[in-house]
Amino acid sequence: MSTRTLGEPIARREDPRLLTGRGRYVDDIGQGALEVAFVRSPHAHARIVDIDVSGALDVDGLVAIYTYEDLDGRVAEPLPILIPHPALTHGRAQHVLAKDEINYVGEAVVMVVAADRYVAEDAASLIRVEYEPLPPVVGIEAARQAEHLVHDDVPGNVAANMVQERGDARAAIAAAPHVIELDLAIERSASTPLEGKGVYARWDADDASLRVYSATQASTSVRSAIAAKLGLPPDRVEVIAPDVGGGFGVKIVHPWPEEILVPWAAIRLGREVKWTEDRREHFVSAAHERGQLQHITAGFDDDGRLLGLDVHIWHDNGAYTPYGIVVPIVTSTQLLGPYKPGAYRVEFDSLYTNTVIVTPYRGAGRPQGCFAMERTMDAIAARLGLDRAEVRERNFIQPDEMPYDHGLIFQDGRPLIYDSGDYPATLAKVKKLVGWDEFEAYRAQALADGRRVGIGLACYVEGTGVGPYEGGWVKVETDGTVVVATGLTTQGQGHQTAFAQVVASELGVPVEQVTVVTGDTRRFRYAVGTFASRAAVMSGNAVAMAARKVRQKALRIAAEALEADPGDLEIVDGVVQVKGAPGATIPLSTVAVLSNPLRYAFDEETKRATQFATVADPDKPPVAEGDEPGLEATGYYSPPRSTFANGMHAAIVETDPDTAEIKILRYCVVHDCGTLINPRIVEGQIHGGVAQGVGGALYERMVYDDSGQLVNASFMDFLMPYATEVPVVETDHLETPSPLNPLGIKGAGEAGVIPGAAVLAAAIEDAEGIPITRMPISPSELYQLRQGHAAQEERP
Amino acid sequence: MTELHTVELTVNGVPRAANVPARRLLSDFLRHDLGLTGTHVGCEHGVCGACTVLVEGAPMRSCLLFAVSVDGASITTVEGCTGPGGELGPVQQAFLDCHGLQCGFCTPGFVTTITAYLDENPNPTQDEARHAIAGNLCRCTGYQNIVASVLRAAEIRREAGVKT
Repeated sequence: MSTRTLGEPIARREDPRLLTGRGRYVDDIGQGALEVAFVRSPHAHARIVDIDVSGALDVDGLVAIYTYEDLDGRVAEPLPILIPHPALTHGRAQHVLAKDEINYVGEAVVMVVAADRYVAEDAASLIRVEYEPLPPVVGIEAARQAEHLVHDDVPGNVAANMVQERGDARAAIAAAPHVIELDLAIERSASTPLEGKGVYARWDADDASLRVYSATQASTSVRSAIAAKLGLPPDRVEVIAPDVGGGFGVKIVHPWPEEILVPWAAIRLGREVKWTEDRREHFVSAAHERGQLQHITAGFDDDGRLLGLDVHIWHDNGAYTPYGIVVPIVTSTQLLGPYKPGAYRVEFDSLYTNTVIVTPYRGAGRPQGCFAMERTMDAIAARLGLDRAEVRERNFIQPDEMPYDHGLIFQDGRPLIYDSGDYPATLAKVKKLVGWDEFEAYRAQALADGRRVGIGLACYVEGTGVGPYEGGWVKVETDGTVVVATGLTTQGQGHQTAFAQVVASELGVPVEQVTVVTGDTRRFRYAVGTFASRAAVMSGNAVAMAARKVRQKALRIAAEALEADPGDLEIVDGVVQVKGAPGATIPLSTVAVLSNPLRYAFDEETKRATQFATVADPDKPPVAEGDEPGLEATGYYSPPRSTFANGMHAAIVETDPDTAEIKILRYCVVHDCGTLINPRIVEGQIHGGVAQGVGGALYERMVYDDSGQLVNASFMDFLMPYATEVPVVETDHLETPSPLNPLGIKGAGEAGVIPGAAVLAAAIEDAEGIPITRMPISPSELYQLRQGHAAQEERP
Repeated sequence: MTELHTVELTVNGVPRAANVPARRLLSDFLRHDLGLTGTHVGCEHGVCGACTVLVEGAPMRSCLLFAVSVDGASITTVEGCTGPGGELGPVQQAFLDCHGLQCGFCTPGFVTTITAYLDENPNPTQDEARHAIAGNLCRCTGYQNIVASVLRAAEIRREAGVKT
């Protein structure tokens, strides 16, 4: 058994449990808890006139009904603006239960607690709420016109306006030989994990402590938020993210109203209380993303080099801004991708609408930015009659220009400085993989067969592993097993395997000996969360640093026991040995025993550490000054700034000349996320990301009608791709290690999704010869585009 | 008081019974009345397939069935797709081998669906494997490794000499 599994595609340690029905998701625990249902607003914008609960009071099994009037203390105050920003001049957050005014269909108005969910829904259906409807603001166009306001005190519906500029972009454009303008649009989609949100709380009155299980991406911060809202000492609150059925961003937002209300009710009632979000609730009261309009002006030279780029983004932030303006900041900075325009100006307006809130969904603004930039590159190539790959290459930041400072501020408040990457090499790989240079021959053959095909290319750079920090704790037990804990959470990324691989490799133990705990505040107290492709970078390095400390301590103790120099020792398969002297060994389990001087022996093994068993120097304290008992250590990793992964996707599509059906024939991905911990897991992340990218490009959209009703709030009507809609993904990797962290890791979680809309728009445009400026695109929309294009061509 | 009905089922070979209201969904019955939480509920309108169980060997959406409507039936859930000694069954082993799952929430529905499918078609082609799983939603994997898992499961069954 080799102990060096870092970089190996080993099978996941968590899988046997998940495959046999032994996973524990929030709704799997707390059997017998009271259950919650909510009365949610059917109006997008309204004033609450009256709430009549009398009809529900006789429902057998009803326990409690709460409205805003029942809330007390800080629970009655609006939820926090989690990420404040100077440009967010008009940030607004909702109350956990609506106070007076409703701002989206789905906003919670009344909370019902009952014996089970069936009964809770019975009672909820008998509660009458009288509303005075107000004119709703739906869609970016309506928000921008501001004929009506979402919030009376937010002029123009503008939550934030922000400008970043490097150089004088407008002057550069004015002086450029060629100028193009583009108007682009991306519609809303959503994370849509298969498991919705869920919260289960139990209050121990005797112990004055609260335990909360939540399907969250940020258990540690949920704990702080609950403690603050409920006025509890943080050390009396435990929050655990158990198995979580996917996140993709929506579960990073916190505290959700339910994360406050459920524990609040549990304390108030002295009973266990649980809420499990149903699918419709998830559609109308969780979060969406992506919706943006963009206006782009680009000035370039005869070779297609970008001299100046001026972008204005109108971003739909929904009814409230609890997560701040991270998404449009990410769009406006990550839009630059691997390119270096001579000058760049970006301005965004983040606008309120009477729709579900908008918070990061995998990619977090990058797919829109990538769409803007890559559509621009294609438009430049089209204008100049140049090869699209060639135009991109001419605008690349070169490897010898790294680190490259864009002169902008990134979403973490730190300078946008790329640490490493070899974009020409990535491009060469993807061109080879897809057969870019051979495509014209393929197209000619297809045309001869009456088939219409097109090829597209899209490049991105992704800031991953944002700070501020993560920590890790590693302990060798006296039986030789190793326990690892880190505070960030897991929603399917295989952390129990990847972090075990890191620790096993650092310590020199078999990976099977290592178990990993994530997202449990009882096990690790400090953490930020799982988002922004940061988990492997942050906690991967943190557990590595903790493991290195443990290794050092193990070698020191073993050196004393073996009467050897620590520098002559190595750890192989969990045994410390003198290099080149195979007889002189001591297992880590024994080192762990010796690390903790004991008075009491509880088994044969621990006898070795008791006071009459050791040969310790009688004049020295058993635990040396500055030392601690136990073979364990804690490490923290806090990077100066993000590390930047990159990748390029190429796709070949076929469009049906009659039905306008769009079929993806090939989908190729080349990806560079630095050092790989487990290539199989990285590949899986890319497959899943691509599927979401394809969904966002061809199928998924949130369809709001003019009154603010989400008319496709079900899996029947919201077209999430099945296996038949997702292409086979062909992948290739580059490994340019990050110089910013000890393991050289860059994040991989969001990579697959980022260029989806951009690459498929490019391929469809190439097949059709019609500019594609709005995504997603359905066959009927493509058909209409054809009709419009044909009509235009016919005009004299 | 709501009238209760005794529902008796054979679940994974074990006789089970509980008294439930007529409106209790089979998914809730399995999860909350019998404590078999391996069956997951992803949409409760029969689209995602996470709650798929085998009723007399045929895959069905347990969120679209009332428990009383299958009284007396024999049900197989993901917990029952293991081998005779509790080890991973062929489909479960294939998912482990092929990284066919990430968050694991949709997985039980795939495991049951594929188990039934391979009884019917033990030697699927790549294309057939993809269509076999085309009624279930997964948000994590992009399906590629689930398709591979179908093929791998067929291979494991052949290796084990499961009658085809």
